[in-house]
Amino acid sequence: MAVEGRGSGYWRANLRVIWLCLIVWALVSYGFGIVLRPLISGIKVGGTDLGFWFAQQGSILVFIVLIFWYAKRMNQIDRKHGVEE
Amino acid sequence: MSQFTLNLLVIGASFALYIGIAIWARAGSTAEFYAANRGVSPVMNGMATAADWMSAASFISMAGLIAFTGYDNSTYLMGWTGGYVLLALLLAPYLRKFGKFTVPEFIGDRFYSTTARIIAVVCLLVVSITYVIGQMTGVGVTFSRYLEVSNATGLWIGAALVFCYAVLGGMKGITYTQVAQYIVLIIAYTIPAVFIAMQLTGHVLPQTGLFGTLNEGGGKFLATLDQVVTDLGFKSYTGHHNSTLDMVLFTLALMIGTAGLPHVIIRFFTVPKVSDARSSAGWALVFIALLYTVAPAVGSMARFNLTATMWPGAQSGQTFSEPAVSLDAIETSPELAWMRNWQTTGLLNWEDKNGDGMIQYYNDAAEPGETLAGVIAEQGLVGNELPTVNNDIMVLANPEIANLPGWVIAIVAAGGLAAALSTAAGLLLAISGAVSHDLIKGAINPNISEKNELLAARISMGVSILVATLLGLNPPGFAAQTVALAFGLAASSIFPVLMMGIFSTRINKQGAIAGMLAGIVSTILYIFTYKGWFFIADTNMLPDTPAHWFMGISPASFGTIGALINFAVAYLVSNATEEPPEHIRDLVESIRVPRGAVGPTAGH
Repeated sequence: MAVEGRGSGYWRANLRVIWLCLIVWALVSYGFGIVLRPLISGIKVGGTDLGFWFAQQGSILVFIVLIFWYAKRMNQIDRKHGVEE
Repeated sequence: MSQFTLNLLVIGASFALYIGIAIWARAGSTAEFYAANRGVSPVMNGMATAADWMSAASFISMAGLIAFTGYDNSTYLMGWTGGYVLLALLLAPYLRKFGKFTVPEFIGDRFYSTTARIIAVVCLLVVSITYVIGQMTGVGVTFSRYLEVSNATGLWIGAALVFCYAVLGGMKGITYTQVAQYIVLIIAYTIPAVFIAMQLTGHVLPQTGLFGTLNEGGGKFLATLDQVVTDLGFKSYTGHHNSTLDMVLFTLALMIGTAGLPHVIIRFFTVPKVSDARSSAGWALVFIALLYTVAPAVGSMARFNLTATMWPGAQSGQTFSEPAVSLDAIETSPELAWMRNWQTTGLLNWEDKNGDGMIQYYNDAAEPGETLAGVIAEQGLVGNELPTVNNDIMVLANPEIANLPGWVIAIVAAGGLAAALSTAAGLLLAISGAVSHDLIKGAINPNISEKNELLAARISMGVSILVATLLGLNPPGFAAQTVALAFGLAASSIFPVLMMGIFSTRINKQGAIAGMLAGIVSTILYIFTYKGWFFIADTNMLPDTPAHWFMGISPASFGTIGALINFAVAYLVSNATEEPPEHIRDLVESIRVPRGAVGPTAGH
């Protein structure tokens, strides 16, 4: 097995994927759900606005997609760097 | 068949199932007792995690929390789900790779310090004991409401059941009972929700019904709800009324608190592979979302139904087009029998203050709008005549409000018990693991044989159940502070130290200990300042109101600030002291890659 030292390509690739996921994670909940809600209040959804939908439903659905996407992407990265189980 | 017999049959059948599973899934080794021998499939573990996570509070109280506050309490929905993203990305796969049995064990090994391990054990005990008391009281309340026994009897029956499968089966027994309990609780939650969504909006899915159109009146459901509640002087349902900063900090405190809860983390030690730990967090969230996306529909629809019961005109959005419900109807009408049933529990109460034979429900604490002021003057109102509506009624009385058959009511009772028992068992396992593995094997007697450690684990489980039951019978003041105390501490101590242990090779023993202590002390002091020293009434130094909170940050949101303090102190202290030894850097490098994880061993 290749020794994967600190700052290795594998770990850097993992951190990139984590950052990407966390940006989306924060954007849908803290962003669209709370802070940016007034900016997107013009978009109406079922008797209320898009921000309300993100706060009560949309963010949860995005969270699920994010975790499965992360798991799938990491399996690819594990194999590419030869560190899979 | 009477309602009591039905309740007894359904609850009895669910208990028989749990005991059957316990006998089938006995634990024979410490690996089975602490981690179900790492042989649980990711989907099964996801389901068990969902039951482990969703407590009596999620099942009974959350819909009510959202119902009476609306948008502002979306924080709970996002906070209690978003934490799983953090778990999947930042903690679960690495802790699974580490391949040991408890959370304090990782902290002790990574920071090469028994002191760090003991501090983590203390945090774990405070967090888990606070949490478990709420579950035990939930068991007692559900029993006494549905099976007509006293609170204490109900608690002892629940404790005896948990004793059976937790002491016998450890993590293995708990895992498979949690899977069964998840199925019971999700059916119990979904059936009434589907009926109510169909009645109000014609949607089968409560999730789309929430954003649908009312059958009667033809308006959008949420727009009509906003109209009706503001007519009665309440804050609009979908509007944003609280401080934005506090909402953000509170949501973050719940998210990182969730990711730092030991009883949730240890569930991810049971899957066979590191990659399973990642996907299992996704499955957990799928099963959690089945309840968490239904809860806002249940809450808002129950609020609408309650309001339309009190003001029949509200059904079509014209709140004052018909007179309020009459006292006579409440006291005699068969359709309103649920109001009389719940009045006896003290969770609902009414009073015809102005003696006009009608019960007018409105918000008398705020300045009335023009229409409401007109109604108050015209009908001679002297105050809100429905002064008591407990949050918990929104889920528990739901089947009766919607006139659903008796077996649905019995299933809701079994579901409430499943939610409380499954969470209690997970917490008790985390507690007994900390005592037998971290204190006894880790600190007091490292040479203990596996057989004796297993015995010690079983004894500490038994003692934990006894202590939790006694505390559940006489809940101390801190039991009501689960959100502030359990999530605040998990967020400010356990989550940061785990994350730094994985993502930094530079944080050393001194940094971790100083960081944890700084996080705990700052969070506890902030909570005590507003809630009273050790939650003793009237010992608070400042009133617990937004005007007195530091920068408008509520005590329950402070876990986020505590976590930041923990990170900052750990960084500064680590950089001022020596680097961690070489073998610790090797340990961190090894947990970062999946290859080489301890797999399941041969079964017993």
